[in-house]
Amino acid sequence: MNQQPTSNPHSPTPFLQIDRLRKKFGDFVALDDVSLDVFEGEFVCFLGPSGCGKTTFLRAIAGLDIQTAGTVHQAGKDISALPPSERDFGIVFQSYALFPNLTVAKNIAFGLENQKLSKPDIVKRVTELLELVNLPDQGAKYPAQLSGGEQQRVALSRALATSPGLLLLDEPLSALDAKVRTYLRHEMKALQRRLGVTTIMVTHDQEEALTMADRIVVMNHGVIEQVGTPTEIYRQPNTLFVADFIGEMNQITGKAISSDRVEVAGRTVLTKPHKAAVDATVTVTIRPEDIIPHGEDARSPGVTDTLEQAENEFDGTVEDMEFLGSFWRVSLKSASVKERTFSEVTLTVDMSINAIRRMNIAIGQSITVELPAQRILVFPQGNSNA
Amino acid sequence: MVEKKGLSYWLSHAGLILGVIVIGFPIWLAFVASTVTQSEIVSPPMPLLPGGEFITNYKEALFSGINAPVALMLLNSTIMALGIALGKIFISLLSAFAIVYFRFPGRQLFFWMIFLTLMLPIEVRIVPSYGVVAQFGMLNSYSGLIFPLIASATATFLFRQFFLTIPNELTEAARVDGAGPVRFFFDIILPMSKTNIAALFVILFIYGWNQFLWPLLITTDPSMNTIVMGIKQMFPSGDDNANWPVIMATSLLAMVPPVLIVIFMQKFFVRGLIESEK
Repeated sequence: MNQQPTSNPHSPTPFLQIDRLRKKFGDFVALDDVSLDVFEGEFVCFLGPSGCGKTTFLRAIAGLDIQTAGTVHQAGKDISALPPSERDFGIVFQSYALFPNLTVAKNIAFGLENQKLSKPDIVKRVTELLELVNLPDQGAKYPAQLSGGEQQRVALSRALATSPGLLLLDEPLSALDAKVRTYLRHEMKALQRRLGVTTIMVTHDQEEALTMADRIVVMNHGVIEQVGTPTEIYRQPNTLFVADFIGEMNQITGKAISSDRVEVAGRTVLTKPHKAAVDATVTVTIRPEDIIPHGEDARSPGVTDTLEQAENEFDGTVEDMEFLGSFWRVSLKSASVKERTFSEVTLTVDMSINAIRRMNIAIGQSITVELPAQRILVFPQGNSNA
Repeated sequence: MVEKKGLSYWLSHAGLILGVIVIGFPIWLAFVASTVTQSEIVSPPMPLLPGGEFITNYKEALFSGINAPVALMLLNSTIMALGIALGKIFISLLSAFAIVYFRFPGRQLFFWMIFLTLMLPIEVRIVPSYGVVAQFGMLNSYSGLIFPLIASATATFLFRQFFLTIPNELTEAARVDGAGPVRFFFDIILPMSKTNIAALFVILFIYGWNQFLWPLLITTDPSMNTIVMGIKQMFPSGDDNANWPVIMATSLLAMVPPVLIVIFMQKFFVRGLIESEK
């Protein structure tokens, strides 16, 4: 397991302690001895491709699918064997799961009524919750009369109705269209921050995870690949899987020469120090936006070529350009005649609109780019499940 | 809707009109027969237009009848049909709820056993059923009319299929909110099933109303006769003349409640359908 200590500002005793959780469906191991600590008030995202076990993990925490082995402690109490109704959490399902025959207000009140609260208290709390999610006056409507985004917010307020210590979100935004999703992302995050409720969200959308989470748990094949803040996950992926799954990544196969040099397609490239053994086959990665195009004004003035930079320069021909709104994604194919080039390598480079304009870049043109050594990550091949 | 004109338009209308005549003419004849005197019926030709005895004949049928007043038989039939329809729905709902939402040993076995009873309608098990009912002293009683017919594999199966389409997440949401099975059943499952219940009620009411063989066997007392079998009882044995106007009036009266149920319940389940579509 690659769970590494991360810098977090929280209290030393975790709110939720998950220890060696294992879940098997027949012979299929959906969760393979997963351990995780979640701290009070934290927003944690389980991120991974479909079938990676993230939903199973969430459902085990909720008690909806009891684990095969392992324990869950919440607020110091062992809840491993408790039924869902005796655990202290609220949940928003992917399909919202609002009761179609009950009004919005009744839906929200459903859990409160089971707690034997008095009528006026329930009405007060429901009004409060509807205001919280910006849906006052919608209480008398039926779920089917609301839009997807509104239904989702009703589901959220139903989950929060009993003031649970833990909020679980199972892909809550995946059924919505892009605009509503972005909007609700901010709303939910703001709400979570305001209420300070410990939240776990399952998602396969990396953008959602990166923007909303305090910490991201990247999962694959039933194990945790990495736990870290969004920046850590993006900037310092532990494994090739994480590097590949989050964001765009150029991947080139090469061979390790020393602890900070690799040989790629006949050239030596300086990289960030890595742990791959000498002569091992490695995957060399760099993000498209980290590649710096050389040209007039493309770099900050005063920076001169050092030996290292020269070593990591790359000449290529613009093979294709894709306009992505705020930037251009350029495919750069090695220009085979020049010496500062790799053979048979195509790099994806993200360039700003300004840079493209200043440098007059067009398809077929040759340009030079620099691959900053600190941004080149090296992963040994063969240990990744990707 | 597709608007058709020309030959096919007239042809399809002619076909439909012919169908209406084939179905409607006997009913019309029965109605005519219920409004004339006995002598007008037995002397050919049979009249095709209503006569003036409507009130007399219906009054006689409803309040004195031949063996028992038709009003009483209508009441008996209504109680039996309602008992069968509501009983079947209630029991089927509960058994489908148990089969779908509870895990107990032999769950599948019980389901298939219920399903197998589809092969055992009352006609097949009539002798043992009669024996049981007789021993319980339920001959000539409403309970005797209703209970042997109250289990329904069809309805259980339909509700089971419907419950299986209710998303699991809904059940889980209720569980998380601490709702027990009883609350889940009455607050969520029952209201969600109302369209199905309405449709089944119509079918089962008519099924109960049209029971013939079973009431014929177990009700020997004319005051417990149901109307469908009662019509048969009105025919005299031997050479006596049948009182046709009264028999025809009874036949038409027997048709009224099922028709009313269909018309009334139609509104209900159309509304149910619209609501779930919204």
